[in-house]
Amino acid sequence: MLRISATKTVAILMALFFGMYLAVPNLLSVGQREAVSQAAPGWIPGFLVPDQAVVLGLDLQGGSHVLLQVDTNELARNEATQIRDQVRNLLRETRTPLEGGIRISNRTVELRIPDDAARERLMPRLRDLSEPITDAVFGQPGSATLVVEEQADGLIRLRVTDAGLEERINRALAQSIEVLRRRIDALGTTEPNIQRQGADRILVQVPGLQDPERLKALLGETAQLEFRFLANPGDTDTVRMPLQEAGGEPVEVENRVIVGGEDLIDAQPSFDQQTNQPIVTFRFNVSGAQRFGEATTRNVGRQLAIVLDEEVISAPRVQSPITGGAGQITGNFTVQEVNDLAVLLRSGALPATLTIVEERTVGPGLGADSIYAGTMAAIVGAALVVAFIIAAYGFFGVMATVALSVNMILLFGLLSALGATLTLPGIAGIVLTLGMAVDSNVLIYERVREEERIGRSAIQALDTGFARALGTILDANITTLIAAGILFFLGTGPVRGFAVTLSLGIVTTVFTAFTLTRLMIATWFRVMRPKQLAMN
Amino acid sequence: MWLVRYVPVETRYRFMWYRRWTFPLSALLSVLAVAAFLHFGMNTGIDFRGGTVMEMQAREGNADIAQIRVEANQLGFGNVEVQEFGTPRDVAVRVQLQEGGEEAQQEVVSTLRSIFEADYDIRRVEVVGPRVSAELVQSGTLGVVMAIFGVLVYLWFRFEWHFAIGAVIATLHDLVLAIGFFAITQIEFNMTSIAALLTILGYSLNDTVVVYDRIRETMRKYKKVSVYEVLDIAVNATLSRTILTSTTTLLALLALALLGGEIIKGFAYAMIFGLVIGTYSSIFVAAPILIYLGVRASSAVGSAAQSEPDAAQPAE
Repeated sequence: MLRISATKTVAILMALFFGMYLAVPNLLSVGQREAVSQAAPGWIPGFLVPDQAVVLGLDLQGGSHVLLQVDTNELARNEATQIRDQVRNLLRETRTPLEGGIRISNRTVELRIPDDAARERLMPRLRDLSEPITDAVFGQPGSATLVVEEQADGLIRLRVTDAGLEERINRALAQSIEVLRRRIDALGTTEPNIQRQGADRILVQVPGLQDPERLKALLGETAQLEFRFLANPGDTDTVRMPLQEAGGEPVEVENRVIVGGEDLIDAQPSFDQQTNQPIVTFRFNVSGAQRFGEATTRNVGRQLAIVLDEEVISAPRVQSPITGGAGQITGNFTVQEVNDLAVLLRSGALPATLTIVEERTVGPGLGADSIYAGTMAAIVGAALVVAFIIAAYGFFGVMATVALSVNMILLFGLLSALGATLTLPGIAGIVLTLGMAVDSNVLIYERVREEERIGRSAIQALDTGFARALGTILDANITTLIAAGILFFLGTGPVRGFAVTLSLGIVTTVFTAFTLTRLMIATWFRVMRPKQLAMN
Repeated sequence: MWLVRYVPVETRYRFMWYRRWTFPLSALLSVLAVAAFLHFGMNTGIDFRGGTVMEMQAREGNADIAQIRVEANQLGFGNVEVQEFGTPRDVAVRVQLQEGGEEAQQEVVSTLRSIFEADYDIRRVEVVGPRVSAELVQSGTLGVVMAIFGVLVYLWFRFEWHFAIGAVIATLHDLVLAIGFFAITQIEFNMTSIAALLTILGYSLNDTVVVYDRIRETMRKYKKVSVYEVLDIAVNATLSRTILTSTTTLLALLALALLGGEIIKGFAYAMIFGLVIGTYSSIFVAAPILIYLGVRASSAVGSAAQSEPDAAQPAE
């Protein structure tokens, strides 16, 4: 146990130095790390460049963690509505006679075509509406978005399949993430993290935010903008919506949409030149401009309805044809609201409503306090442990302290290299590791003491003591590692941070015990050749 | 060199004899813990119950808790809990889960913010909706169950079944007492507490495994000696290690509890309790229970033949 070959010694030292090298970036400032990153020649592999420090969790640097859930029922309904519209176009195109209307419910569209010949002609066209699902991994042959079934009495039912709905959700999530990214980027914060979580959720993490309410306002809006006309008396194809200008009083609005938000190419906050009111100015793309121009030319004198998320923001009267493709949205806006609306319009609409199901926000002040408190606890904890262990083992206690220090540096090296996030419970995990890490030294020393007591020579005592203790160290730590591992997979956010530091702490502890502690004692023994270990 | 001996050099405590006292004690404590759990219940935090917590700090002077309580309780959000949080300047406001799904919870936050933001710095906001809290309950429970199961499987591979059962009994003992601790102290029970429970479990097992390792070794060495004596020898041999390690861990945890800040305090206290219980149980529960599980020297058969400790391995 105590004779370690030269090659092994070199390997151990190299591993230790590499681990410590990984921890170096934590001593540098952000600017210095960037400089290192840029100065590194290209032929050095990325992980060798010391530019990665421990990432602080939102609970330490301050920021917002918001978990959003997409409304899958709404998506199913949207999908069915879209299919209904396609079917309606198809019927119009083929002049197929229909009995009754087209009924739509949650995920199905039903229509009745009593005429056999007409139905036979239409069926293949309906089947064409279904799209094959091209999922490279799970796609079974034949899986498609739609099932088209013929029932008795000429009833045709189109049903969105589970796979079809799932694809729709996937698409909606991907699209939502894009939209959210554009919206959050407009807030000008650094490094937001937006990622999908589970089947139907999106996790948004924005560090160092001053105004979390504004973030949530930007996340929650669907921002579906539509230009319509207020209905003329007697129109039937209309819908009732609240008019914001008039304090939410309901007005009748045409169902027909002239131009939607998808045709906008720009939106900017501005001020009305006459009234000095905050407004949003916008521009349409070519096709949008053309449609808007035609509609306003034919309807001079009527009132437009500028609809945002099922609410009429304002209803300006068309004074003259608007053909330039530019316009403005007026309303009872504050400057902040105008800024946000412009951002929302530029970023595009969300494909479905997102609901906030969890929020955790920490202000920067509290984060800084937590770092301070955690650091103090770690320093004081370390000092107590070191004092205790040196009092117990003297010189061997000093060796344990060296091992403990290297252990901590290695832990930070690993945390940095893995890009792990350090949270407040994570700091607790480090402090706990501080206390538990000396266990490996205690196990070894107590065993050596015992062996010496029963009359073994110094070398024998060290040798057997080490051999016996290492097995126990491994055994004992695996149980804690199991618990920490399970915590890692089940925990979220801060708790996961605890699992990370605890398990990495165990790994570095075992590693240090097997390598550094052994090497130090072996070297000391070779140099000093003591007859007695002075442990008893 | 002058060294402190925290534990006498060679102890010969009759731990197996103490079980006459410690087993009834453990049984009594466990019953008390269960009774406390049934009677007081847990002070479950918003992770598991859903709802809103807001921590705020007075911008000037101390927080006016009475005033906040009056204002917050007028909002129609049900009973709003207002407590000092760490210092007289800091307050924690807890609002229960609101009827009306996910959006209703967000309403609470914006209302509270708008009322208190002028006089208070909003330092932390946590909102957990009904769906997420239900999931967290699920994953928390699953975590504890899986951890016990995983450890059982590991111990079963590593030791003979007597030891695995003994370790699990000792661990369950610790978990029951820890839950009783949460019930009696009414320290908030949240996802971090699950982390504390799992760590207690890991730590207690760590201790137990060290003692069991030694028991097994001692059995191989003294095949003719009675089980009682073997257990006593092994526990005495590991006693100084058990106490030293528990003490260093305790020192680190005390630093955490006293200096680590308000958020981590409950976590640290739960761990300290678990540490004490875990140490106690590995000596006074895990080891003596082996007697009842029918451990004999032959239980350590595995490698009894080749492992004569005095013929220890020569240096490599």
